[in-house]
Amino acid sequence: MLGAWFDYTVNGFVIGNIYALLAVGLALIYGVANLVNFAHGSVYVVGAYVGWAAITYLGTPLPVTLLCVVVVCALVGVGIERLGLRPLHGASRIAPLLATIGIALVLDQVVQLIFSPDPRAVPMQVPDWRITLGGGTIGALDLLIAGIGLTSAAVLYGFLRFTKLGWAVRATAQDSDAAKQMGVDTDRVNLVVFAIASALSGISGVLVGMYYNQINPAMSFEATLKGIVALIIGGLGNVPGAIGGSLILGLTESYGIALFGTSYRNLFAFVLLIAMLVWRPNGLFAARRSLPPEPMTGTFIARSRPLKVPSWAVAVVILLAALLPLLDAPYLLQIGANSLMYAMLALSLTLVAGTVGQVSLGHAALLAIGGYASGLLALDAGWPVAVAIPAAGLITAALGTLLVFPAFRLTGHYVSIATLGIGEIVSLVILNWTGLTRGAIGLGGIPPLEVFGYDLGSVQGTYWLCLVVLVLLALLQVRLLNSHLGRSWRAIRDDSVAARSYGVSGDRYKALAFGYGGFAAGISGAITAHAYSYINHETFGATISILALTMVILGGLGNVVGAVLGATLLIALPEAFRFLAEYRILIYGIVLLLLIRFRPQGLMGTV
Amino acid sequence: MAPILEVRGLRKHFGGVTAVADATLDLHEGELLSIIGPNGAGKTTLFNLISGLDLPDAGSVRLFGQDATGAPPERLAGLGMARTFQHGRVFGNLSVLDNVLVGAHSRLRAVKPAVPIIGPLLEFALAAIRPAAVRAEEAALRADAIRILSVFGDRLIPRLDHPAFSLSYANRRRVEIARALALHPRLLLLDEPTAGMNQTETVEMQEVVADLKRSGLTILLIEHKLEMVMRLSDRVIVMDNGNRIAEGLPQEVRRDPAVIEAYLGHRATGGAAAGAAVEPAP
Ligand SMILES: Nc1ncnc2c1ncn2[C@@H]1O[C@H](COP(=O)(O)OP(=O)(O)OP(=O)(O)O)[C@@H](O)[C@H]1O
Ligand SMILES: [Mg+2]
Repeated sequence: MLGAWFDYTVNGFVIGNIYALLAVGLALIYGVANLVNFAHGSVYVVGAYVGWAAITYLGTPLPVTLLCVVVVCALVGVGIERLGLRPLHGASRIAPLLATIGIALVLDQVVQLIFSPDPRAVPMQVPDWRITLGGGTIGALDLLIAGIGLTSAAVLYGFLRFTKLGWAVRATAQDSDAAKQMGVDTDRVNLVVFAIASALSGISGVLVGMYYNQINPAMSFEATLKGIVALIIGGLGNVPGAIGGSLILGLTESYGIALFGTSYRNLFAFVLLIAMLVWRPNGLFAARRSLPPEPMTGTFIARSRPLKVPSWAVAVVILLAALLPLLDAPYLLQIGANSLMYAMLALSLTLVAGTVGQVSLGHAALLAIGGYASGLLALDAGWPVAVAIPAAGLITAALGTLLVFPAFRLTGHYVSIATLGIGEIVSLVILNWTGLTRGAIGLGGIPPLEVFGYDLGSVQGTYWLCLVVLVLLALLQVRLLNSHLGRSWRAIRDDSVAARSYGVSGDRYKALAFGYGGFAAGISGAITAHAYSYINHETFGATISILALTMVILGGLGNVVGAVLGATLLIALPEAFRFLAEYRILIYGIVLLLLIRFRPQGLMGTV
Repeated sequence: MAPILEVRGLRKHFGGVTAVADATLDLHEGELLSIIGPNGAGKTTLFNLISGLDLPDAGSVRLFGQDATGAPPERLAGLGMARTFQHGRVFGNLSVLDNVLVGAHSRLRAVKPAVPIIGPLLEFALAAIRPAAVRAEEAALRADAIRILSVFGDRLIPRLDHPAFSLSYANRRRVEIARALALHPRLLLLDEPTAGMNQTETVEMQEVVADLKRSGLTILLIEHKLEMVMRLSDRVIVMDNGNRIAEGLPQEVRRDPAVIEAYLGHRATGGAAAGAAVEPAP
């Protein structure tokens, strides 16, 4: 028994070391660039695959493998900083954050295209003896990982403390404007920090590959998240804190698994994340309890004058869309229906992220709540579909608002991190609450769409229903934007402090926005569930959240017509280029990056 | 009569810096009280403490006879306090008119019924349905906003629909003041309303503030341009290093050796704006 606990502790420390290699880099980057790097886990995956390729194809011994990883990943880091982020100096405040998301998509897809999505086994390069110690065991790999963790920390400490460049990094982290005035080349500092952080991340990736003896391109997302959780526990930008936070996270997960089983592992991590954001947003090791102020430079979204679309043009487009089923092209209609469902999600996100400025990275969770609510009401409670769908919208509105409520006092990056975490929590709860949701089996046999006896299960029926619902939601949203709510929401986004000074309470209006957003997304999820007849905890994953964000940016943040246009383009165009199907997500990533760089206001302009 | 604003022993530290040491002041109905002092004296910090953006480490604030120490800014706005910001905080993507309408937010009644718990839901529904009362209220607020904007002549009226980010610096400051007036404040806090303005613009702004004072509004003013302070103020408080070093009628304060010392001392060490402040001294 005690031996088992010893093993769990060792395991927790080893995982903690791996997280530390990730989190330290994130902390360095946050320090100098004021940015949470959402591409960090993607570099880690690159590291894992470079290591695997070096061993498999070149037969490199361990030190050479690590060297290859360090070199390649450092170069990737340099590329991210130089090509992806530096051109965004002076852009709106969310631009760099969105860019790292785009870079993550692109890197993941490139890795997947080169190495295939199938898992690979990283050959073990360490002897597999184990020492027995007090009833438990420690293996050579455990010691290696601990050794690399400690060595990296020591080297990093020496670098930051005793070299000129290290001093420049610290100066930039403290106050980059002051550092610049003192002659520090902050561009170079950024470049170096990205190189170091990425190299560490890459090493972490190979070590994980060896530890679990398996790698796949999809593991980047989890790595980014875990690194961020460790970072938040330690306090944003706090390098020693990040190490402490990583060890705490590793041990929490390890003991959590010991007590409750493997499927709860991530739930612990994300609940810990939300708890930290609510109670100790500065990290466990900071004295202050309030949030540090975000830099006040620039506006949150790109400034632009939105394109005005005359209402007759909108009416014509709606009419044409309504006539589409007459063409008798079921395939086209299917794409149309899909676009419309996504457009509802985009409406919801463009309100929350664009109008109110809360860049949600977990928006797909609202679809999941809506889908499950409607599916369960129809299946288990026997409600008619036409009643279950609006009810699901209301449930999602209430539940979604309640879930995000703790994040209302957060701003900027913190909101994105919190919503990402909340989204993961929702999907993990769905997976683990077997009694209600049927867990991993998913929800099958969901009754098809029908409205009081009229069967809408056909493609035409689904399409028409979606069109009607979308038009109603869009009209309502436009009406709200033209009311005092619209200007209050936008005031909160542009300057929440000034807004509060004039009586516009952040909590109240964010709650209303998330409520309406939850309703629209919940309806979308519900219709999707009935149209597909089967959903599970993975149907509405993080990729959909990112896709929705891309749609919204493409259309122009906050722009209702833009959201619909963005959804239609991103769903329909890839169908037109079916031969590119393999590259679909890669294209989304590239579109996102190009937009942020060259047309941050989107096609229709931000509102 | 009780003062409109009573500040007692307000103190605020930032790390090692004591931004405000022991601020005490009374402001009476219809009075214009100016706070002057060199850069970093703690004037803006004092405003932030009074207006609820920062929490004081010690001391108390009473507003309109109620305790308002550490009260959230939303509540203070509801009580009738409006403020402007030194560096200008307009809502960049909102139109000029919308900026001013946000200022009138705490005057919304029809669309924002004071019902507990379901109040927000009612507000949402009313915003969507827009019954006649709501439309009338909105129209009245709009008319009022335009009337307020016309205080600045034709500086802003032709630009009602322009996004605030497209305005000149001086116009943005004007929008901010119009936004504050839209609250129909009983107490107005102005933080350097003429900062960054040229001579003509400054004179214009001075006239606007003089008109506001004449209309009976109670004003707390931070200003570096002494000429304006001397002309408009009923009383002046001088701060340096977080401390009040002098208080009195404009003419007395101007001759106070401690004040001259503070300004000159700072000038000797390179205080930039202090020079501008001393210029009009005899
Ligand atoms: N949020 C903050 N964190 C740390 N220090 C602060 C903060 N706000 C103000 N200070 C410090 O408090 C002191 C007073 O600043 P304050 O802005 O109140 O001065 P001021 O009198 O308004 O100056 P100015 O005339 O330049 O506007 C300064 O030393 C300033 O650096
Ligand atoms: Mg100031």
